[in-house]
Amino acid sequence: MFTAAAAGLLVALGLVLVRAMLGPTVFDRVQAGNTIGTLAMLLLAVIGFLTGRPEFLDLAIIYGLLNVVGTVAVLKFFRFGDLGEPGGKGTEQ
Amino acid sequence: MSEVLNALSWACLVSGAAFCVISALGMIRMPDFYTRVHAASVTDTAGAGFLLLGMMLQAGFTLVTVKLIIIGLLIFFTSPTATHALCKAALTRGLKPLLAHDYTSAESVTSPEEATSKR
Repeated sequence: MFTAAAAGLLVALGLVLVRAMLGPTVFDRVQAGNTIGTLAMLLLAVIGFLTGRPEFLDLAIIYGLLNVVGTVAVLKFFRFGDLGEPGGKGTEQ
Repeated sequence: MSEVLNALSWACLVSGAAFCVISALGMIRMPDFYTRVHAASVTDTAGAGFLLLGMMLQAGFTLVTVKLIIIGLLIFFTSPTATHALCKAALTRGLKPLLAHDYTSAESVTSPEEATSKR
């Protein structure tokens, strides 16, 4: 049963990867990357159950945290063109 | 009892994987960025929810269930935040949503110049 779930998740990952390659705008690609991160978390958890090693759940938690930080950082870069926002204290010179 | 739990967990896992595949198909087939965001949110709600519920039923009352609940809370809080930031960034960059009359005129008229001259 975990094999079926893992196969379905792999099919979904392939389809989202096609969207990430086709995507006409950069936001499509960022959205596809975010969805790939969520699917990878679920796939890690399912593989942990499939092989009987629940330590994979810790990897899934870390992957999810990094995924959020990465998505917000990429979005900020494409919105402002820079990762540091001007106007804060210590940036004026 | 354990057979009932097994059957419930089976149903949850399979329907979660099916929801993930449906969401990915929607991301391929939808015509516009904002509608693709709608399709992608199915993975974060129904897909992740059913898959995690199936794994919780399989694990029972252990530390594994606590970790699965933590993963579920992480997806529950961060995925709408990321989607909102994404749509706000797209609107700020000037990406217009595809409206109904744009879609029908794009279907019936071949070139965008003809579509703008007809309106």
